[in-house]
Amino acid sequence: MDLFKADFGLMFWMFVGFLILFLILWKFAWPVILKTVDKRADLIDKGVEYAQNAKIQLDNAQQQADRMLQQTRTQQAEMLRDADRMKTQIIEEARGAAQKEAQKVMDAARLSIEQQQKQAEKQFRDQVSDFALNIARKVVRKEMDDPKAQSQLVNTYLDEIENSNDKNVKQ
Amino acid sequence: MKKIAHIIFTALIFMALSVPVHAESTVHEKTENEEHALDPKEIIFEHLGDGYGWEVPFNHHKRIPLPVIVKVKDGGFHIFMSSHLDNGAEYTTGGCTFRIAGKKSPYKGKVVQIVDDKEVPTTIDISITKNVAALLLSIVFVSWLLIWLARFHKRNPNKAPRKGLGFIELLVVFIWDSVVKSTLKDKAYKFAPYLMTVFFFIFGMNLLGLVVVFPGGANLTGNIAVTLVLAVLTFLVTNIFGTKHYWKEIFWPDVPLWLKFPLPIMPLIEIFGMFTKPAALTVRLFANMMGGHMIVLVLTLLIFIFSAINPVAGGATTVVSVLFSVFMLLIDVLVSFIQAYVFTMLSTIFISLAQEKEHHKEEEKEKNGSTPVSSAAPAVQTVGAQKVKLH
Repeated sequence: MDLFKADFGLMFWMFVGFLILFLILWKFAWPVILKTVDKRADLIDKGVEYAQNAKIQLDNAQQQADRMLQQTRTQQAEMLRDADRMKTQIIEEARGAAQKEAQKVMDAARLSIEQQQKQAEKQFRDQVSDFALNIARKVVRKEMDDPKAQSQLVNTYLDEIENSNDKNVKQ
Repeated sequence: MKKIAHIIFTALIFMALSVPVHAESTVHEKTENEEHALDPKEIIFEHLGDGYGWEVPFNHHKRIPLPVIVKVKDGGFHIFMSSHLDNGAEYTTGGCTFRIAGKKSPYKGKVVQIVDDKEVPTTIDISITKNVAALLLSIVFVSWLLIWLARFHKRNPNKAPRKGLGFIELLVVFIWDSVVKSTLKDKAYKFAPYLMTVFFFIFGMNLLGLVVVFPGGANLTGNIAVTLVLAVLTFLVTNIFGTKHYWKEIFWPDVPLWLKFPLPIMPLIEIFGMFTKPAALTVRLFANMMGGHMIVLVLTLLIFIFSAINPVAGGATTVVSVLFSVFMLLIDVLVSFIQAYVFTMLSTIFISLAQEKEHHKEEEKEKNGSTPVSSAAPAVQTVGAQKVKLH
């Protein structure tokens, strides 16, 4: 068989064989393989893109979370400060109110004490004047047993009245 | 690694020493009958060519029998096993006598009918020869590999195969993405089954041809009949699916009027070009694969040639020849892939050239200037555009 002459039998079988192989692969292999390969390539592309997006989103979320945390912290500090301020204010207010109340009570107490004192003083004075009058009456009675003394006293009083009248006129 | 090197070294020493001894014994025989003198050309062409039986290692007389299918003049088909014709024996079946023509006959190596002691060629010979058997084996081999892959894909659509199957898929994706899809663009799916089949068929045949013993060893893609059929198929696909513009470019190309009328110079050149393409495809694959086989055969024969001259020289040649043969076979594995790839790539380009649609002249000029350099660039750009769209 010459090398450079195409043999009919081999050409015939080659044609038939190629046709058979082509039909087999066309029916059973290529559609499945090519479709899957392309689909997988798309899937990988999409996956990479998705992962990139996810990473960006994650970074954003992280930043947001950090920001929120920071905000919350400042808020917390502020609230704590507010609470502290409010506390002192309330205490102050309470103290003021208590003081006022105490003052009121004390004032009332002082007033009543003063009144009572005054009453007591008045009573005491009345009593003292009673005693004094009684004593004076008794003393006067004893001293006025003597008529001379009586007249002398009357005179004295009269002088006194005169004197006081003069003084009033002069004034 | 050291162990392997040690084994190889020992084997080489053994070869170098054993050949002289063997040669010495054969030299004595040769002096007795000069007919068996070494004829390198005969041996090389016998191995490169086809045969009715399949050689087995270490035996020159027995072959694996294959069916012979011949049609004789004024008669039907005759089917019988090639073992009947071994060693020039004659075989009579259904009233016809057959024999394999001898070296001196004009029908050398073919099955001929014996009519009145004369050799008459058969009219149709579609025997399952060694090459046809190898062809059928490679069809089974290739379809098995690809159906295996297809079944894997059907079962696990989103999983990439590993190991051996992964390698097949690597080839599929390589050809599909970088050759078929990037050249044919939107028409890729239409022509992919043909082009991918061509690649895997050629690659499978090339590799099976490199296997030295039974299931391989046939110089299939180094046979012009095989490459011719493949090239003719590409020619048919190119021209049957060619667009109107393609035919217009052939018969009425865009050249000054005097080049096409009254003397159709350009159309003639174009038509000539239509046929040079498949011819180039045929010869390229044929010559490359045949050359690879031939080099290995020549290197092996060098051992016998030198042994016939001088046993010691033969021993030394053994080492060199075996090392070179192994090296050349490894190169041939690479060539197998490259030639299958080149055949597929050129087929794709020929088909895509016949798929061109009419453009405006300016666009065409731009395209002609840029396409050969950056065929991959538009693909990248479109992918980029898609990504932008998705965003």
